[in-house]
Amino acid sequence: MKRELLKFLLFAVLILAAPLAFKGGYLMNVLVFVGINTMLAVALNLLLGYAGQISLGHAGFFGIGAYLSGILTATYGWNPWLAMPLAALAVGILAGLIGFPILKLKGHYLAMATLGLGIIIYIVFNETVDLTGGPSGFSGIPNLSVGSFVFNNDIRNYYLAWTFALAVVLFSVNLAGSRVGRALRAVHDSEVAARVMGVNARVLKVQVFALSAVISSLAGSLYAHTMTFVSPASFGFNFSVELLTMVVIGGLGSVYGSFLGAALLTLLPELLRGAQDYDIIIYGGLLMIMVMFMPGGLVRGIPDLFRRAAGIRGGAGNA
Amino acid sequence: MQLEQILQYTFSGLSTGAIYALIGIGFSIIFNATGIINFAQGEFVMLGGMLTLFFLEALKLPLWAAIPCAVAVSALAGLLFERLAIRPLRRPTPINLVIVTIAGSILIRGLSMLLWGKDTHAIPPFSGDEPISVAGATILPQHLWILAITLLIIAANKFFFYHTISGKAMRACSYNRRAAGLVGIDVRRMVLFSFVISSVLGSLAGIIVAPLTMTAYDVGIMLGLKGFCAAIIGGMSSGLATVVGGLILGILESLGAGLVSSGYKDAIAFIILLLILFIRPQGLFGKAESERV
Repeated sequence: MKRELLKFLLFAVLILAAPLAFKGGYLMNVLVFVGINTMLAVALNLLLGYAGQISLGHAGFFGIGAYLSGILTATYGWNPWLAMPLAALAVGILAGLIGFPILKLKGHYLAMATLGLGIIIYIVFNETVDLTGGPSGFSGIPNLSVGSFVFNNDIRNYYLAWTFALAVVLFSVNLAGSRVGRALRAVHDSEVAARVMGVNARVLKVQVFALSAVISSLAGSLYAHTMTFVSPASFGFNFSVELLTMVVIGGLGSVYGSFLGAALLTLLPELLRGAQDYDIIIYGGLLMIMVMFMPGGLVRGIPDLFRRAAGIRGGAGNA
Repeated sequence: MQLEQILQYTFSGLSTGAIYALIGIGFSIIFNATGIINFAQGEFVMLGGMLTLFFLEALKLPLWAAIPCAVAVSALAGLLFERLAIRPLRRPTPINLVIVTIAGSILIRGLSMLLWGKDTHAIPPFSGDEPISVAGATILPQHLWILAITLLIIAANKFFFYHTISGKAMRACSYNRRAAGLVGIDVRRMVLFSFVISSVLGSLAGIIVAPLTMTAYDVGIMLGLKGFCAAIIGGMSSGLATVVGGLILGILESLGAGLVSSGYKDAIAFIILLLILFIRPQGLFGKAESERV
């Protein structure tokens, strides 16, 4: 556990110091999104990597968080700091309620059901024009602020988003190492065996589903308040797939892997600018290559490669 | 007036329902042979329409020649998909299979976009677009084509699975893969067959619907998901139950769009999908099965 704490501290210091290296500029803005996407990827990883339950609807929870925050603050004039936890609570209740029937399903069926859920949410965003502004989006969402300090530029938003993201990372690392984390992995390996050992698999799955949805909703609220504009296109099926790609590329069941996946996939489109239409093909290709050749993700695959390379060299040396 | 409208919606619902049924049967065939839900199924529907268009416009083939060419290329795509993506998978857990078929669908969609662009295209109807009036409702000749071709495909499908040796072998695989292997059936080949057959069915569905609904590189997602919904209503059967499932879905959707709200039309299928999965995961007509561990 001490080692985990050290790892986290190192990670946190790197993150907090990063803006010194990238002083200002457009990249800061992208790094804000790396923070938000890290929250989302870690949230999905808790569900997919630890508990072994897939969700293709997480963009929907992200979207509900964003829209609820946006609507409560911009239309009804709520304080953003009040709207954010309320949105998260609402999403948590929704996920908890829908979690019971949906998590009875397994594997492919669960994938399809969550996908359907995500699409229904997406359609609602598009159709409730009076509330959400429909396909053209919803604007005028206020920035978060503390007293007279307003989070209205990239560097402030960076520290805002990463404060949340680091908290989520620390929480998840702790959760993974706890009794609950072990129970989740047991459910992953064999639900029946976990049940026999006294894990209430059904409730546990719903809890982690709701937790994952709550984190996604918080990320959504942050997204809304930093962007000040949201539109349904950000919360569709493609984004759910993008999140899945982040988790798989980074490595299932690795919190820092999710950060890696989120960072890679968020920075990639910036590096490939001009090749905008190609990004979806690149996601598809990456996803396929990772699952086929590196099913453990980068965090396990890269050390493996090094080990193998070292092993080959060592073998040649002996001969 | 109201009655005529309902009749009209039912007619158009039947023809879209027939399309969903064909796609759903494609899902079921692969599922029964392998236990995989092929998320890329919808992309073969898209390929059917886009390839027909390609053969019609780029190669100037007549329609009767373009269709078999498009089906053949789609079948090849299905074959390559199985060989290059599904079979080499090192850890074929359900989650990995879901991810790999999603990745495959993204790749097929993306490549089609690069090849043919983002525009929406129409394929000319098979025999004119003079509407036919039936009991106060009008139907297009293409509707009749869709229903006729669907019936034909379903009959051919039935014949294949019950009266040919390959079809029987595939059914054996769906009952018990290991036992099928023990009596000398090449299970891997049957898996390959199942991908080829369902890509053929998918592409045919895409071809016959394209004159009505237009086609574009991204039509596969929705059509595929709705086909899956039909298969779920039918309890993943590759026969009549899925056909009925498709028709029910088509009619409900068309009535819902006409009488309630067209904006929520696409949501209807997914609400039905969730309800069926929650309440009757064995399908509307199936008996509950005990679950194997």
